[in-house]
Amino acid sequence: MNKSALGAVAVVLLLGAAAYAAFFVAPTDVKQGLIYRILYLHVPSAWTGMTAFFLSFLANLLYVWRRQSRWDALGVASAEVGLAFTTVVLVTGPIWAHPVWGIWWTWDARLTSTFILWLLYVAYLLLRSLVEEPDRRALLSALFGIFAFLDVPLVFGSIRWWRTQHPQPVVMGEPGSGLDPTMLRVLLFSWVAMLGLMTLLLWQRYRLEVMRGEFEIVRREAEVA
Amino acid sequence: MKNLDSVFAAYMAGWTIFFVFYLTVARRTSALREDIERLKNSLNRGK
Repeated sequence: MNKSALGAVAVVLLLGAAAYAAFFVAPTDVKQGLIYRILYLHVPSAWTGMTAFFLSFLANLLYVWRRQSRWDALGVASAEVGLAFTTVVLVTGPIWAHPVWGIWWTWDARLTSTFILWLLYVAYLLLRSLVEEPDRRALLSALFGIFAFLDVPLVFGSIRWWRTQHPQPVVMGEPGSGLDPTMLRVLLFSWVAMLGLMTLLLWQRYRLEVMRGEFEIVRREAEVA
Repeated sequence: MKNLDSVFAAYMAGWTIFFVFYLTVARRTSALREDIERLKNSLNRGK
């Protein structure tokens, strides 16, 4: 078994353990009952998506500074992975909201800023598909990626700065807020599992982007020949 | 077990999105690998 396959097996086991902990270790919430267990998928996905976007932001900054193709590859790979995690957030959130709030969606600051974040990174990927010349594509998308990341602090702060329908923070929130210690441990463990999944997906996606670079080189050689 | 269907739907949707993403990356990688091989072969034939 090669290293990639071993890594994939480890991530699947970790995710399985996190799902087990979410359903059988974490105590049931007195107010919400079973439905609150969506939190163990929704919240770690959101944190992991933000982590991926932060990586993309760093890679974009490094590309603008150093103009090395590996930073461009990391920038697009982590943006795409972050987008996958944010899609999960936007899908699982309404499934939780409908039985709890009685509505699927509301345009409050948290939901709206998250949706805008998702749109910004879709635009980032669209921009890349529209520019043919590799260096120009890398620079334009790096600059746009830096701009897109500005929404991340807004998403983070939205439930701290404004009154929202979305629940107030239970981690890094105001004094008095917080989770039951077992719930918190399960939540953090689920995040670790999600970070494992992010690493696996990021590695696969990064390799694809590096291969694309190699393909460009061979194609140029073919054109010269 | 109130809302079990919603919890099940959320987890199924989440894992499906991750799985489909993994699959699309794997498919794009294998298609690109084939393109590189094809290009290399045509280059070698041209030499």
